[in-house]
Amino acid sequence: MQNIEAQIEALQSQIAAMEKKIPSNKISMIVFSGDMDKVLAAFVIATGAVAMGMEVVMFFTFWGTPILRDKTKKAGGKDTMGKMFGAMLPKGTCEVKLSKMNMGGMGTAMMKSLMKKKNVASLEQMMEMAEEFGVQIFVCEMSMDLMGFKREEMIDYSGMSYCGVATFLEQANDSKIQLFI
Amino acid sequence: MSEEIKIAKVMDLKGLPCPMPILKVNKGIKEVEIGQVIEVWSTDPGSLSDFPSWARTRGQEILKTDQHGEVTKFYIKRLV
Repeated sequence: MQNIEAQIEALQSQIAAMEKKIPSNKISMIVFSGDMDKVLAAFVIATGAVAMGMEVVMFFTFWGTPILRDKTKKAGGKDTMGKMFGAMLPKGTCEVKLSKMNMGGMGTAMMKSLMKKKNVASLEQMMEMAEEFGVQIFVCEMSMDLMGFKREEMIDYSGMSYCGVATFLEQANDSKIQLFI
Repeated sequence: MSEEIKIAKVMDLKGLPCPMPILKVNKGIKEVEIGQVIEVWSTDPGSLSDFPSWARTRGQEILKTDQHGEVTKFYIKRLV
């Protein structure tokens, strides 16, 4: 009898250990790209995943970071490099370009008007929906620092925070799906 | 499926492309009681594959799918 009890106990602790290893019904995405089409795809997947019952976390890093800037906000106290990056990189969603066929901005403008005509949600609308759905956004602190972006010039998005690589890895480790876009 | 299905709510999603139909239907189904049926109209060809995927994942049931020209009508029962 005692032997069986001990075996059950051992099994129970094994099951508990295994349960810890089952990832949550979550998707973790790295948004590395700053291209309009790729970021749009990321948000389509993000909002779709919420509809599929998943928790969604998005990590914006490198070229994805400037998409989260607010064009109406200004940040002071930047050094020369920070000012240069600030001026050269897109200031928010309205300035992002297509990854292909941009043609000096003409292609992007055409795509935007075509999207409107075909009722495809714009990047701005997708981001609004993502916020409404509770999609979490993490911004890479290192990219912010590297490009000289200040927190006060970023968009107001509930559920946005700043982090490093360990935060992403912890989330990714607990996710069923991980994407790099 | 010969008897009349009682419809609790009709959602007209004509003209909306991916991902909107699935986002709207996911929201809309929560607005009826468990056991009730919604009727959804979609013109997005992707919906034919997407709605069953969504229903399987979310534990909802598609009772019937009707094609009316470009419009597909889905009858979805809320199970959870």
